[in-house]
Amino acid sequence: MSDYLLKAVDINKSFAGVKALQGVSLEIKPGEIHCLAGENGCGKSTLIKVISGVYQPDSGYIEFDGKRYSQITPLGAIAMGIQVIYQDFSIFPNLTVMENLAFNTELAAGHKLVNRKRMRKIAEEALSKINFDMELDRLVGSLTVAEKQMVAICRALMFNAKLIIMDEPTTALTKKEVSALFEIILKLKAQGIAILFVSHKLNEVFEISERFTIFRSGKLIVTGDTRELDDKKFSFYMTGREFENEKFKPSFESQGNVLEVKNLSLTGAFEDISFGLRRGEILGITGLLDSGRTELALALFGIRQATGGQILKDGSAVTIKSPRDAIACGIGFVPEDRLSEGLFLPRSIGDNIIISEIDRLTKGPSVLDRKACQAEIDKWVRELAIATPDPNNASSTLSGGNQQRIVLAKWLACKPDILILNGPTVGVDIGSKHDIHKILQRLADQGMAVIIISDDLPEVLENCSDLIVMKGGRIVATLDPGETDENTVLSHMM
Amino acid sequence: MNAVKRIYQRDRHIFRLIVMIVAWMIFMAITRFDKFYTVVNFQTMAGQFPEFGLMSLGAMLCMITGGIDLSSVGIANVTSILLALFMNAQAAKSESGDISVAMIALVFVMAVCIGLVCGSINGLLISKVKIPPILATLGINQLLTGVCMVVTGGNAVSGLPAAYSASINNKILKVVPGKRGTMQGLIPVQLLFFVVAALLVWFLLMRTSYGKKLYMMGTSENVARFSGVKVDRMLIKTYALSGMLAAMGGMIMLANYNSARSDYGNVYTLQCILIVVLGGVDPKGGRGKISGVLLAIVLLRLLETGINRFPQISSYYITLIWGAVLLLVMVLNYFEDHPIVKRK
Repeated sequence: MSDYLLKAVDINKSFAGVKALQGVSLEIKPGEIHCLAGENGCGKSTLIKVISGVYQPDSGYIEFDGKRYSQITPLGAIAMGIQVIYQDFSIFPNLTVMENLAFNTELAAGHKLVNRKRMRKIAEEALSKINFDMELDRLVGSLTVAEKQMVAICRALMFNAKLIIMDEPTTALTKKEVSALFEIILKLKAQGIAILFVSHKLNEVFEISERFTIFRSGKLIVTGDTRELDDKKFSFYMTGREFENEKFKPSFESQGNVLEVKNLSLTGAFEDISFGLRRGEILGITGLLDSGRTELALALFGIRQATGGQILKDGSAVTIKSPRDAIACGIGFVPEDRLSEGLFLPRSIGDNIIISEIDRLTKGPSVLDRKACQAEIDKWVRELAIATPDPNNASSTLSGGNQQRIVLAKWLACKPDILILNGPTVGVDIGSKHDIHKILQRLADQGMAVIIISDDLPEVLENCSDLIVMKGGRIVATLDPGETDENTVLSHMM
Repeated sequence: MNAVKRIYQRDRHIFRLIVMIVAWMIFMAITRFDKFYTVVNFQTMAGQFPEFGLMSLGAMLCMITGGIDLSSVGIANVTSILLALFMNAQAAKSESGDISVAMIALVFVMAVCIGLVCGSINGLLISKVKIPPILATLGINQLLTGVCMVVTGGNAVSGLPAAYSASINNKILKVVPGKRGTMQGLIPVQLLFFVVAALLVWFLLMRTSYGKKLYMMGTSENVARFSGVKVDRMLIKTYALSGMLAAMGGMIMLANYNSARSDYGNVYTLQCILIVVLGGVDPKGGRGKISGVLLAIVLLRLLETGINRFPQISSYYITLIWGAVLLLVMVLNYFEDHPIVKRK
């Protein structure tokens, strides 16, 4: 018997000539919480799929519980006690919690008829394993993301799992929910279950894991004890680059507010919001998911209409009823959800960049000036260092960080006075995140007014010149990021 | 050979349509060469297809937005009936009992206006009242067909002034030798209408900001809204455009049949949708080229006319063959998007 529950040794895997994994190894001890980190495209997901039997490795082998396997099938992996919880949880939104929990067991047992009593019993047992309380008859579609995740975890536990792999489980969770999840993970550990926690968030790695492994470009970079890791090393291992974290200090001199919001309200979302913003400033707005921060952004951009209060641009009141009105006022908006709000994924990078300013790139009445379009596209691809061989490629071919740069380029091309960003670095790798912060600071120094809405506290503390904390639709604190810390901000948020 | 390969690589869908057209042409050449390959036959085809060709262009624009326009035939019929009545009234008033060329031009302007109004109503219902396009346009189609029936009592409006049909259902470019040494026209006037409309639509799609926004909006309406595209206005414009094209189609029908009735062209409703899908426009929106739609129009016309050259085959088979062709193309498209990976 070895000391390790799982040993993946010297795994190689290529797709159509692209080496996704090059001789990587991973070792997990029984009952340990192991963190697998790395930027997007580094091979994390590929390795998970090799371990869970979805992909067959080109070479290398896997040892599980002392037995050596050169190939694993998905069913074999489940039988061995390996469970994967994917980002989308693979649960049925149109069924109830009970049905979701009992589904696999019922299928495996070959029952052809539905027996609700039996299903209820199976489901109750599953929930009791992590002392989790939930109404069994609720539709899964109506649950919050965190609750759905719990259902997925419970389901995973029903198969006597020895190793649970969680693929970026915290992506869509609020701070509170993340803490709840971590408690569950610790409970699982106490039951002797090993957890492979996949993440690229530094603070999570520190908080939960005992050991870590970092991949970069399909290669194993480092593996070791989390205690020996710090911020700087982590970023370096992840990206191969050294970053100096510069705190933003406004340098652009300006007088008077470019944007002023007075007692702005939207029934059911936020109330009595007032703040002013000068050119060259970066204003941070933070709060929990239900604090009204997103609705405030949408109201400033005209997607939703405020029901009361005033918005003043350069001192004069404006009405913003549609995104067009907002653009006319010089407001740009990088939305929260890149996939459904920010980016036309199947369309070309170029088209995505010019769509918002397209009415200006014409000669005569609305005939496209193709030279001007191309010039504009080339300019922004260069300026924001969007990594693409050809701007005619679909946006979906790029990584999260590069996609976010496209959205940014789209708005910078409109030359806004005020740029509002809702979660500017969600789902973006560390390197790009750093670059995006630099870009925002540079824009502010050139005289743009920037609003960053984010619940990533290090992000707002580092980049903002002012910080507003929202809770329950109201402003509860206005802080100076230079003189406060994460815990103070958190105490206002909660 | 290289050119063929290039077309194949650039757009397999269009390549397949071309292959089907060529194959069918070769088949007709082998089996019915003397009956199919005549100037008159091709002229007849070119005079017929603009009716539904114009409607298909409109249907294509709507489908690129991710919607659908089922009201083309209703708009076409209401246009042709109203203007047939108008022309009859004008002819009755005049001394010659006929109408002038200027009057015909005016009639076409009126047709475009009727199409614009009907199409805009579609657009308003879809964008402002948020009725799903399939229901809004189906409702408008029923409503307009009802208007036609009430106005005509279900009868055909005929006895049109001779000048109308004589100018539209005619051929220009007199180079074809006719009987007794006279020269006949080569190109049907209906085809000219279609070519102008097709060029216009091509220009709108490929060369204007409207076209770019249309494709973007079809890809994702929500992202378009967040990008500052006036989605409502785009939808109204597009359905209005489709209405205008349908109205033109109605005017061509009026000339070809020399009469108008509330149930003319009923099959065109679905046929237009078939053509657009066959031409490679994605029913989910955002994707589709006018070249594909043009090829699909031509392919269907060639198939129908070709089959008619076999007296022993009942014309009922035409529907069957269309259905088969459509399914074949869809299946081929599926396998293009989901290539069969050979397992080792």
